[in-house]
Amino acid sequence: MGRRVGLEVSLACAEAVKLCNADVIAAYPITPQTHIVEHLSELVADGHLDAEFVPVESEHSAMSACVGSAAAGARTFTSTSSQGLALMHEILFIASSLRLPIVMAVANRSLSAPISIWNDHSDIMAERDIGWIQTFAENGQEVLDLTIHAFKVAEDSRVNLPVAVNLDGFILTHVIEPMEMPEQVEVDAYLPAYKPSQWLNPAKPISLGMVGMPEVYTEAKKANLEALEGSYPVIKEHWQGFAKAFGRSYQPIETYRSDDADTLFVTMGSLGETCMSAVDQMREDGRSVGQVRIRLWRPFPVDDFLAAIKGAKNLIVIDRALSPGVPAGPVATELRALLYAKGVKPFVANYVAGLGGRDVTRTDFAAMLEETERAAASGQAITCQMVGVKE
Amino acid sequence: MISAAEALKDFQKITPKNIPLVEPFSKGHRACQGCGEVLALRMVAKAVGMDMIAVSATGCMEIISSPYPQTAWEVPWIHVAFENAAAVASGIEAGRKALIRKGRIKDDGAKVVAFAGDGATADIGIQALSGALERGHDFTYVCLDNEAYMNTGIQRSSSTPYGAMTTTSPPGPKSKGQMTWKKNMPMIAAAHNIPYVATASPAWHIDLMNKVKKAVTVPGPAYVHIYSPCPTGWRCGPETSIETARKVVQSRVFPLYEVIDGRFVLSRDIKKPIPVKDYLDTQRRFRHLGEKDIAYIQKRVDDDWDRLLSLVQATNPVAAE
Repeated sequence: MGRRVGLEVSLACAEAVKLCNADVIAAYPITPQTHIVEHLSELVADGHLDAEFVPVESEHSAMSACVGSAAAGARTFTSTSSQGLALMHEILFIASSLRLPIVMAVANRSLSAPISIWNDHSDIMAERDIGWIQTFAENGQEVLDLTIHAFKVAEDSRVNLPVAVNLDGFILTHVIEPMEMPEQVEVDAYLPAYKPSQWLNPAKPISLGMVGMPEVYTEAKKANLEALEGSYPVIKEHWQGFAKAFGRSYQPIETYRSDDADTLFVTMGSLGETCMSAVDQMREDGRSVGQVRIRLWRPFPVDDFLAAIKGAKNLIVIDRALSPGVPAGPVATELRALLYAKGVKPFVANYVAGLGGRDVTRTDFAAMLEETERAAASGQAITCQMVGVKE
Repeated sequence: MISAAEALKDFQKITPKNIPLVEPFSKGHRACQGCGEVLALRMVAKAVGMDMIAVSATGCMEIISSPYPQTAWEVPWIHVAFENAAAVASGIEAGRKALIRKGRIKDDGAKVVAFAGDGATADIGIQALSGALERGHDFTYVCLDNEAYMNTGIQRSSSTPYGAMTTTSPPGPKSKGQMTWKKNMPMIAAAHNIPYVATASPAWHIDLMNKVKKAVTVPGPAYVHIYSPCPTGWRCGPETSIETARKVVQSRVFPLYEVIDGRFVLSRDIKKPIPVKDYLDTQRRFRHLGEKDIAYIQKRVDDDWDRLLSLVQATNPVAAE
C-alpha cells in the first residue's frame, strides 16, 4: 500500500513520472502545465530521477524530441497546454503513426483569442484525430494513476501508441489534494523497464517515417486505425491490473447513480466531481438523475457508453469546447452520431459550459436539468447552448 | 567537455588512399541525374560510417531515399517532418544518453547526424536548429544547400543567392530574380559558439569527408554546410555539378573554411580568384543578369571574402604561416 500524502496535482503527475522511471523528458513551459515540468526538472537536478531533461525551445521541438527519444527506445514524457498543444499539432499525428509510446500530460486550457490561461477543453478537442489514446482525469489521484497506467498501455507491444492524459488546468493542476502515493516497488512491479521491439539501433537498422505512395498510404492508415482500436482491450486489461496492484479501479466509462435515472449528465474531466455533488442534491430533491463520465475518450468505448446510458430518456451532454459552425459541441456531435448509428434515441440536450475558466456550479446543473426536462416534454431542441452567457 | 581542438589532436585524416569503402547510403535511390546533393550525402555517409543514426528533414534526400517499402539507408534512419530534424536528433541523443547511463543499451559509439536542405535549415527549421545547437547535444547537423526549395519545384529560400531565378523569384521588368542576399547559415551556426563549424563542397571530396569526420569526432554539436549543386533547379547540365561546385569556391562565392572552438581557419586560400561571372555563367538561373548586376555581386563577394579573412586574422593572433 502506498502512502497518504497531500500534494499539488501537478507535483503528483511529476512524481508519477518519477515512479515510472522515465528516461527522457522534453518540455517547454506553458501555463498551467509549468509546475509539472518544474518539478520534473527538480527531480532530475536533485538526482531523484535518472533522466535527461531536454529544455527545448518550443512545444513543436518538445514533441519532435520526444519522437526522437522514443524512437531511440527511451521511456519518454512531455506535458503541455493550449497553444503549446496546438503548436505540437503537426507532430502529434506523426508520433502515433510511427507507433511511438510517448506519454503526455495535457493541462487543459482554452485557446486564444482572446488569450486565456484558464481551463476548458478547446485544446484537446482540436486534437481529437491525432491517433493517440486519450484519457481524462477528474482529480489528483486519477492524474497520478492514469499517468502510470499510460506508460503501461503505451509500451505494451500490442499497442505501441502515444497516450495523452488530460487534467484540467488550474482546477486540477494547481490544487492540493489528498492522495495515495504508490511505493516505488509497487510501480516497478506493475511497470517493468521499457523493452522496445525495435528502435534506432545501428546493429539492426530500420527506416522510420518513409514516403507513403498512393499504393501504400491507405493501408498504412488502416494499420494505424487497427492499432488504436486494438488498444481498447489492453487499456482495460491494464486498468484491471492496476486495480490488483494498487486497489483503485478504473473503467472506460464510469457512472454515478445512473441505474434508474431518467436523465443522465455526460461529463469529462474535473467537471464530473461538481456534477456528482449536484446529482446528490438533485436526488435529494427527488429528481431521477444520474451521471455518466467519459474517462477513455480515444479509442471511444462505444459499447461501454451504450451500456451506461441504457434506459435513460434524456442525456445532458456538457461540452467544454466549441466546434464553431457545427450545431453541437464536439462531444455531443460524436455522441449523437453514435446514438443515431446504433438506433438509440434518447433526448440529447447539449450545453457548452466552463469556457476559459468560467465556473460551472451545482446551480448550473440544476438549471440544465430543469430546462432539459421541459424541452424534452415539448420536443424543443437544446444544442450547443452556452451556459451563463452575460447578455 | 574537452575542446574540439583537443578532441582532434590525434585526428586520422581521410586521404585518397584510405577513403572508407562502406556505403551507409546505398545505390538505387531516385535522385535526379547529376544531383550534387545526393553525391554530397553519400560522401558524408561514407565519412561517418556504419555506426551512424541518421535523421532526415523532409526534402529531396528524404523523398528520393525512402519510397516505402524501399530504403536507401543501410543505417538506422528516421524522418519526422520538415522543420524539426535538429529537435528529433536532440531527442535521439538524449534518449541514448539516458539508456547508456542506465545500462539499458551498450555504448556503441553511434553518431547522430541530421540532414536537412537549405529551406529546412535556414528557413523553417532555424529555430529547432538554434535550440539544439544552444543545448549542446552531441550531434552533427549537415545542411545540404542547393539554394532553393527544389523538392517542391524550385521556390526561393533565404539561402537562394542574389539574382537567382526561381519559380517564386522570377526575373521580370520589376525584378532581378532573388532580390536578397543569401543568409549566412554557417556564421549563424558559429555564433552559437559550438565546437565545430565547417563549409564544404563536393568538388573537394576529401576535404568534405575530413570535415564530416571531424564534426562527428568533436564532442557536442557540430554544423557542416555543404554546397550542393542542383542541375534541375539551377538549369545546368547534369555533367556540370562538380565543375560548378569547384567554380563556386574558386570565385570566392562559397569559401571553404572551418570554425574550430571559435577559431576561423581557411581551408583553401583563393589567392587568384576567377571572376564571379565565370561561376554565374555555369547556370542558367543567372542568365538574365546584366554586367551591372554581376559587378554588384562581385563587389559583395569581395567584401565578404575580406570580412572572412579579418575573422581568420582576429581569431588566430599568432600568424600560422
